[in-house]
Amino acid sequence: MKKVPIARIFVTLFFVGLLMTPAIMRRYASSHSGSSKNTLDRQTALTRHGFYLEEVSHSAGIDLVHQAPTLDAQLAKIMQEVASMGASVSIVDFDRDGWPDIYVTNSAEGSKNHLYRNMHDGTFKDVAEEMGIADVNQPGTGVSMGAVWGDYDNDGYEDLFLIKWGRPELYHNDAGKGFTRVSEQAGLPPWINANTAVWFDYDGDGLLDLFVGGYYSEDVDLWHLKSTRMMPDSFEYAKNGGRKYLFHNLGGGRFEEVSAKLGIESRRWALASGAADLRGTGHQDLFVANDYGVSELYRYDGKRFHEVGEQAGVGFAPKSGMSVSFGDIFNQGKYAVYVSNISEDGALIQGNNLWVPKEGTDGNATRYENLARDMGVELGGWSFGAQFGDLNNDGNLDLYVTNGYVSLDRNRSYWYDFTKIAGGNSSIIGDAKDWPAINGRSLSGYQQKHVWLNDGAGKFVDVAQAIGATDTYDGRAVVFADLWNNGALDVIEANQRGPLLVYRNTVAPENKWIEFDLHGTRSNRSAIGASVELDWNGQKQVQTVSGGSGFSAQNDRRIHFGLGKNPQVEKAVIHWPSGKFQTLDSLNPNEFYTIEEPR
Amino acid sequence: MNQSTIEPEVQPAELGGKPAFRGWTPTSSHLNPYVPPAFITLILVIGHLSFGILESYQKTMLAIVTSIICELLLGRLLLKRWPNLASAYITGISVGILLRAPGYWPYIVCALLSITSKYVLRVNGRHIFNPSNFGICAMLFLASDAVATLSIQWGNNLAAMAVIWVLGSLIIWRARRFHICATYVASFLFLSLVRAWITGDPWLSEVSPITGPEYQLFIFFMITDPKTTVKSKLGQCAVAFSVAVAEMFFRLDQSIYAPLYALFCVGPVALLIEMARNSRRSGLRSPNVLNSGTA
Repeated sequence: MKKVPIARIFVTLFFVGLLMTPAIMRRYASSHSGSSKNTLDRQTALTRHGFYLEEVSHSAGIDLVHQAPTLDAQLAKIMQEVASMGASVSIVDFDRDGWPDIYVTNSAEGSKNHLYRNMHDGTFKDVAEEMGIADVNQPGTGVSMGAVWGDYDNDGYEDLFLIKWGRPELYHNDAGKGFTRVSEQAGLPPWINANTAVWFDYDGDGLLDLFVGGYYSEDVDLWHLKSTRMMPDSFEYAKNGGRKYLFHNLGGGRFEEVSAKLGIESRRWALASGAADLRGTGHQDLFVANDYGVSELYRYDGKRFHEVGEQAGVGFAPKSGMSVSFGDIFNQGKYAVYVSNISEDGALIQGNNLWVPKEGTDGNATRYENLARDMGVELGGWSFGAQFGDLNNDGNLDLYVTNGYVSLDRNRSYWYDFTKIAGGNSSIIGDAKDWPAINGRSLSGYQQKHVWLNDGAGKFVDVAQAIGATDTYDGRAVVFADLWNNGALDVIEANQRGPLLVYRNTVAPENKWIEFDLHGTRSNRSAIGASVELDWNGQKQVQTVSGGSGFSAQNDRRIHFGLGKNPQVEKAVIHWPSGKFQTLDSLNPNEFYTIEEPR
Repeated sequence: MNQSTIEPEVQPAELGGKPAFRGWTPTSSHLNPYVPPAFITLILVIGHLSFGILESYQKTMLAIVTSIICELLLGRLLLKRWPNLASAYITGISVGILLRAPGYWPYIVCALLSITSKYVLRVNGRHIFNPSNFGICAMLFLASDAVATLSIQWGNNLAAMAVIWVLGSLIIWRARRFHICATYVASFLFLSLVRAWITGDPWLSEVSPITGPEYQLFIFFMITDPKTTVKSKLGQCAVAFSVAVAEMFFRLDQSIYAPLYALFCVGPVALLIEMARNSRRSGLRSPNVLNSGTA
């Protein structure tokens, strides 16, 4: 028998060890994730995680199933894949009664959108028809993809911008008694195929401006295609999408399109956008998440925007950006940016991005590093809408991510054909006629949602199943709002071809909270862009009033802070878009504060 | 298998030429041994500068450095000499380009698996798997939750792709291995027609994958690897065709990583068949050799 050298035995054992490493890593990741995969009863969930969610849409009077559009027949073989967006939800107190209402889009031609008025008793009544913002998907005008609310004329009532694949619409809120269509007077273009828009006052003149990000090119009528060559010309480097629009508010209900003049020129396929003062300059920066490409970060220097995505570290690796949300996850007074992407075992592992400002960088030199993996919020399936909010009022911002792309036949997947075409040259991927038929197959369907609890020590733990977020619909938009005005952030989720879900949140009463409803005077009336930095129990957290975030979504404008147990609130500092600072003392937990900007 | 059965492993590259320490010889190849590493570096540079194909510089560097260190250590440990590192460089860079993983550890493990496989999975002193093909397939089998492969195109710039195809073909021609690539490409295109006929999908959707960078690496650096291909020209063409056929069946089974799996299956089998035939021939010529070998 031959003698086998020890070195060879050692190398062979090393090789076997290497083969076992993935299993070991999987086991290690599983044991350290702390994720709770089992459903828990309410009391156990409350005890263990500090809250639970209960889906109450039916009892709240909301029975709505989203209808998807039916586009040109030339797209029939991939219709479910192409017509896969449009379910959106936004929160607005349109009648200023102090209770958040819910606006939901529908996307079939001729379908109606819904405005659910909060009846203050846990029920909602659809008043969209009587308010005049229901029948907005008429054939020939395109269909709704989302909605963002902002008081563009500072009359105290939130106005509606309707994001469409089609004719974009601006509706003026007539003192909460109805809406008037003012698209032409505002100077909006006749057609945009957009999925994202955000209200923000980029120049701080007290008037809300509007960014709109195109997805399909604006010269494409998806119902009457001149050519099937309208798909992205690359899976990760596409630049043949819709143009971007920046509507500068001139006052008097008129807007001027200034994107090119101010440096926003991109034809990437925008799916989500958000604005926040990321550098502490008083100007809101604009973050755009693009499908089929890199994200873009636009910084405003007082005169024009500069795209600094690559320089800042967020625009390097191309992915499938589908959501933008901001959160001060470390309670340091700095925003992290969460961007959702695609992850599918065995097919495509992009991973979601959690962009956190690098230590030692600030201002214009702020650079970001992706800590999604380190903090446990990387793999969220085919992720869409995501929002930060303190769901259990423990003082740390949690993260809710909805997901799932096309849920059809559970046993047959379209992934193989999808990767086949995605790897092709632009002349192939860019033409819909070259795409294989989906034939009733699923593409990352029936996915479980993720509710990641921030443990305050650098890790997020997924508790979705444990706390009751158990649906597996094709989630698109998710928003937070204190619908019952009880100090708990409820979750509303819009699903493509699925029901609108309203998760009522019950939070352990020992965890306290505080909420602020801000109204600008010198700043825009909606106070969009105003930030509140709250100091309590030796820590501080900053949040901003948003004009749209996540995917096709807008949270309640009111700012909600969880405070944990026995909080001592020291102060709140409000930074108004006008540049004014306002300090509030003598604040009490478990209170709503309505704050008007000092004149 | 003891140490004496291990032939010097140190190829100048996985593509082309005799082992570097023996010196490049015009009779074995008309290719400078450092052309393949330079070429794959060119692909990396063009791909990244044009489209930013790398997930990060760090991950690619990690794969390259890991491959090189592993090759150095194992070469020293098992061969008692410092190996030429061109092969390890190509393996590392292939892993760095082809593997897509959010984490860092898959790049380390994949590079280590690739290099170590050359020293462990050997028959008659010859490694039977293309190293990076083995490493990447192993990761796809064992860590599908953590890794995927590059499955995207170069973008909408045909020029970059054309440069790589033309340069690659010239280099492969000089290496006297163009027939392998040509056979595979022709087989793929023909079989794409067959697949389109069977599935009813557009023919261009079946052709689509070969226009991507994954295939450029696969064709120029994997199926032509001299250490893991058979010796005869006809045999090489037969193997290339067999890989394309196996790939077709993987594709009909909707396997996303069909080409990699096809090479993983066909390559070693072809080598083993060749070894068996050679052994039988040499046994017929010289029975004493067989007797001494089994003694």
